[in-house]
Amino acid sequence: MIEVTGLRKSFEGREVLKGIDAVFEPGKINMIIGASGSGKTVTIKCMVGLIEPDHGDIRYSGRTVLGLHIKEKKKIRQEIGMLFQSAALFDSMTVAENVAFPLRMFTKQSEAEIRERVAFCLHRVELDHAGPKYPAEISGGMQKRVGIARAIALDIKYLYCDEPNSGLDPVTSLVIDHLIKEITEEYNITTIINTHDMNSIFEVGDHIMYLYQGQKLWEGSPTEIVESDIPELQDFIFASPFIRNAYQHKLKRK
Amino acid sequence: MYLKELFKEMNKIGIGSLGIVILISVFLGMVTTLQTAYQLIVAWIPPSVIGEIVTETSMLELAPTITGLVLAGRVGSSLASELGTMRVKEQIDALDVMGVNSAAFLVFPKILGSIIVIPMLVVIATFLMIMSGAFIGNNTGIVPYNEFVEGALDIFKVKVFVLSLTKAYTFAFMISSISCYQGYYSSGGATGVGRSSTKAVVWSCVLILFSDYIIAQLFL
Repeated sequence: MIEVTGLRKSFEGREVLKGIDAVFEPGKINMIIGASGSGKTVTIKCMVGLIEPDHGDIRYSGRTVLGLHIKEKKKIRQEIGMLFQSAALFDSMTVAENVAFPLRMFTKQSEAEIRERVAFCLHRVELDHAGPKYPAEISGGMQKRVGIARAIALDIKYLYCDEPNSGLDPVTSLVIDHLIKEITEEYNITTIINTHDMNSIFEVGDHIMYLYQGQKLWEGSPTEIVESDIPELQDFIFASPFIRNAYQHKLKRK
Repeated sequence: MYLKELFKEMNKIGIGSLGIVILISVFLGMVTTLQTAYQLIVAWIPPSVIGEIVTETSMLELAPTITGLVLAGRVGSSLASELGTMRVKEQIDALDVMGVNSAAFLVFPKILGSIIVIPMLVVIATFLMIMSGAFIGNNTGIVPYNEFVEGALDIFKVKVFVLSLTKAYTFAFMISSISCYQGYYSSGGATGVGRSSTKAVVWSCVLILFSDYIIAQLFL
């Protein structure tokens, strides 16, 4: 479980996060949604330690991260996996070397054990034969799957995904969404996805948090979100007239 | 893992730059000999003086400084753009999230690799400048081999060699640290990477010239 309390962050006098409180449960897909500039990425970056927040507390299974000694922070970070928007694979390494990287850095496993684990992770994301290829030689969707394989190479407890569907076609997006969902449930991971993809929200979201201008405006389940009476949230969900019409049509049929 | 990175960087910087260093050294050595001879063709000056001048100029100035300036362009831009691209493609963030000390993992092997390899390149450059000078001197009839070598050996001083290496180590540290700094703190997408790369080369060149003067002033 991850608990966030009173998270605040300003850049050059402009307050981007205005005191965010949230609880993210394990085994669930927790989604952070909101328009561009609402503070989603800053929230995630503060949570993973890429940005130091001005105020607030972040606790991983009860352990406060902020103010921890670097060694303790490192321990917690090894329990965190992150799938970046651009996949962030290391260009100079093959797919297999990318997945093996955290194992080589943080474990004392033998080369044979590392090879076995890499094969398992690549099999888990259905990329059994991509090991010898370089990131530039595979598609965007495959790169995201390698990113997931690298994230789960160590036994992680927390998985962050920053816009995992960005730049992908709808079918590949669904494949990635379902893969994240399966892994979350299989390993009982606390997963946090930062997205504004409505398909993902309804397809795999368990708990949704809506950020608006650096504040948490709403949270709930995908079924509750369409019935919320917050105009900003309604405008966000039904930004596309097509989705609004489809939803109204569904209501009429009911 | 760190050792593997160090050897990778040494190979990239050393072997990767060897071609351009050989090319420049050979031509500089030949040109220095020809121009020195052009200025010194007076009957009472023995031809071995050409060997002395070419050797001392190569060791003191040409090999470390010109190699340094060339490597500032070749290695500096490569280090800055590699790290800059890693920064904008979130690869450095990925390392940080994993709990890897990205600065130590990425920057340290590059700086150490440069400090080990660049002085070696400078020694190679010095040797090639002198040898190519001797070759062209002999082949054009300006100065025979034995006289060139005699002059070179007469002028050789350990102090000058140490000074040459001091410059090489200083320039190696400057090129690598400035370029890594520019690349590591790159921002603003592809344009930002280009800007960092340019800054790395410009600052490296300026500081090489400045420190060249300071070292010469202090030691000579």
